[in-house]
Amino acid sequence: MKHLLSAEDLGRDEAIAILDTAEQMSLLGDRSVKKLPTLRGRTVVNLFYEDSTRTRTSFELAAKRLSADVVNFSARGSSVSKGESLKDTALTLEAMGSDAVVIRHPASGAPHRLSSWIRGSVVNAGDGTHEHPTQALLDAFTMRRRLGRVNDLSVTIVGDVLHSRVARSNVRLLHTLGAGVTLVAPPTLLPVGVETWPAEISYDLDAVLPKSDVVMMLRVQAERMNAAFFPTEREYSRRYGLDADRMAMLPDHALVMHPGPMVRGMEIASEVADSVRSTVVEQVANGVSVRMAVLYLLLGGSPE
Amino acid sequence: MTDWLIKGAAPLGGAPTDLRLRDGRVAEAGTNLSAAGAQVVDAAGLIALPGLVDLHTHLREPGREDAETVASGTRAAALGGFTTVYAMANTSPVADTAGVVEQVWRLGRDAGHCDVRPVGAVTVGLAGLRLAELGAMASSAAAVRVFSDDGHCVADPLLMRRALEYVKAFDGVIAQHAEEPRLTEDAQMNEGVVSARLGLPGWPAAAEEAIIARDALLAGHVGSRLHVCHVSTAGSVEIIRWAKSKGWRVTAEVTPHHLLLTDDLATSYDPVFKVNPPLRTAADVEALRAGLADGTIDCVATDHAPHASQDKETEWAVARPGMLGLQTALSVVTETMVATGRLDWAGVADRMALAPARIGGHPVPDAARGGSLAVDASASMTLFDPAARWKVDPYALASRSRNTPFAGRDLPGRVVATFLRGRPTVLDGKLA
Ligand SMILES: [Zn+2]
Repeated sequence: MKHLLSAEDLGRDEAIAILDTAEQMSLLGDRSVKKLPTLRGRTVVNLFYEDSTRTRTSFELAAKRLSADVVNFSARGSSVSKGESLKDTALTLEAMGSDAVVIRHPASGAPHRLSSWIRGSVVNAGDGTHEHPTQALLDAFTMRRRLGRVNDLSVTIVGDVLHSRVARSNVRLLHTLGAGVTLVAPPTLLPVGVETWPAEISYDLDAVLPKSDVVMMLRVQAERMNAAFFPTEREYSRRYGLDADRMAMLPDHALVMHPGPMVRGMEIASEVADSVRSTVVEQVANGVSVRMAVLYLLLGGSPE
Repeated sequence: MTDWLIKGAAPLGGAPTDLRLRDGRVAEAGTNLSAAGAQVVDAAGLIALPGLVDLHTHLREPGREDAETVASGTRAAALGGFTTVYAMANTSPVADTAGVVEQVWRLGRDAGHCDVRPVGAVTVGLAGLRLAELGAMASSAAAVRVFSDDGHCVADPLLMRRALEYVKAFDGVIAQHAEEPRLTEDAQMNEGVVSARLGLPGWPAAAEEAIIARDALLAGHVGSRLHVCHVSTAGSVEIIRWAKSKGWRVTAEVTPHHLLLTDDLATSYDPVFKVNPPLRTAADVEALRAGLADGTIDCVATDHAPHASQDKETEWAVARPGMLGLQTALSVVTETMVATGRLDWAGVADRMALAPARIGGHPVPDAARGGSLAVDASASMTLFDPAARWKVDPYALASRSRNTPFAGRDLPGRVVATFLRGRPTVLDGKLA
């Protein structure tokens, strides 16, 4: 594995190797000295064109726990249409001798472009409305920890699938790992062509919840209603939001996941977000372990 | 002017013939013509076609001379076998006045590689708000007959109706870039299976088809000429077929890239494959080929759209849409239409020379004879080696830009010579 650009690129064995490695990495989090010397002398650049303290910090911690040198190359403000071009930035990073570039970018495909311009590894930390593969990996890791497996789980993903890189990565990875995925959204927020995805489609959340092992709520931006994707926040929340009544329809063991940041009161009620079923906080901790595993496997070598 | 003797060329793929070119016409045709007083081109094995006409070329001058100039673009045209190009109006300043179209026309005349016929903008500044002085452009030295806001759609239905009506006074035609703007906000590629996977905002086929249907109805209602630029979907072909069956004066063009390439090329996220309208599906490609073969689509037009590397070496969403086309057009048509048995060489002559010239309002003098290059025909022609193959090298093209989607492809056929009214612009595959 040279780059991690898309969950689609991961075969079953590769994906499982990442999850197994993440499991080992997570043991480190319980130790007082939380560092491995594995990537000493290697340089990891966090190249973030979008604000995401959460993801950037997660990658930064992951790299530092592996003893890598971390450079935060904040490209915030240099919007995609002005300022230095991505290609020139890539050549600059190349000249600095970076071994891996972790990129978050508002344009779908930017990590693919970057990988054609530099020699080091590229990790996609979220590109436009395309993919966010490490999010899908940490979600799968969280499911496996809580429920013991991913294979054969029924996972329901609810919300703005059209604009969601989390949904795209999760559909691909969960399918690869043997889970059954159902997408629930108003038809306006499902892409044309979704019928070819390895997932079931439903417009009826209540019908799907009783047979779901996991329900994953996606963030829905209120401004979407300005483009007529749905009439009002209230209607969206009534039809597709997860409140306590709906949560009660889930099987006892079922998990409620959210990639964050949450819009409480819109797609998820506060009492649901804070319930014992919710893995929201755990997902954050697991994110560091999974990102350590990815950097380790890309830069350090193969798992023992 | 020197006489030229073309020895053994096959006009429209027929029996090999010698052609003597004199004073801009074919002076003699027959076998074993005397070479006395003439320069000789050995054309054994070559097809002779009437000089190709491109209804849709972006020459970028004035304004973006870093991407293309009239001189560099017309060099590419001549090397591609073209003797006439229609230069699109989306320059800077926009070709929306007699002054700008005359400037472009003069630049073309002075460069001398092929005839440049400027297209005039329909609306001032391509803004879609009020009509440009169409009559002034028609009466100018450039004698504009084709008007287009290409790059933008004339979206306002009332303005489109008025434009269609107004140009009847000088037998003009409105060439519409059919794209419903609200349905294509932020659109990046064909909306379908591939866009869903890549997370790129979709450009739905219906956004093109809805405008074509509307404009065909308007053209039928007011009895005007409508030309549809770069038809890209199967549905558009059906609508145009229907409009023609009504007897309405609707014509259409298809680009070489839409005849060959499909939207799955976007999987690379390389913006060399970004174009507007976007590459579509294999089913669309099939319908376009069938439509061009049966005449529903009247002609091939390149939509040659040079872009500087900084406008293409970027993220997909930031890149400018457009592809080079002049030097690859005849080869791509050979691959998609001739090699597949859908068109013979007479058909190619019609779709790439006679029909576009007729639509553009400057029919070639021998059009009545089907471009047969007989005695007295215009000596604007191209000699094409159908047996050759070549690999497209972006750095070897004459354009100032390198954004060819065919880079590295092996294509059939090679333009060996081009004559513009009896004068060679290309010999031995090189500029004369
Ligand atoms: Zn156009």
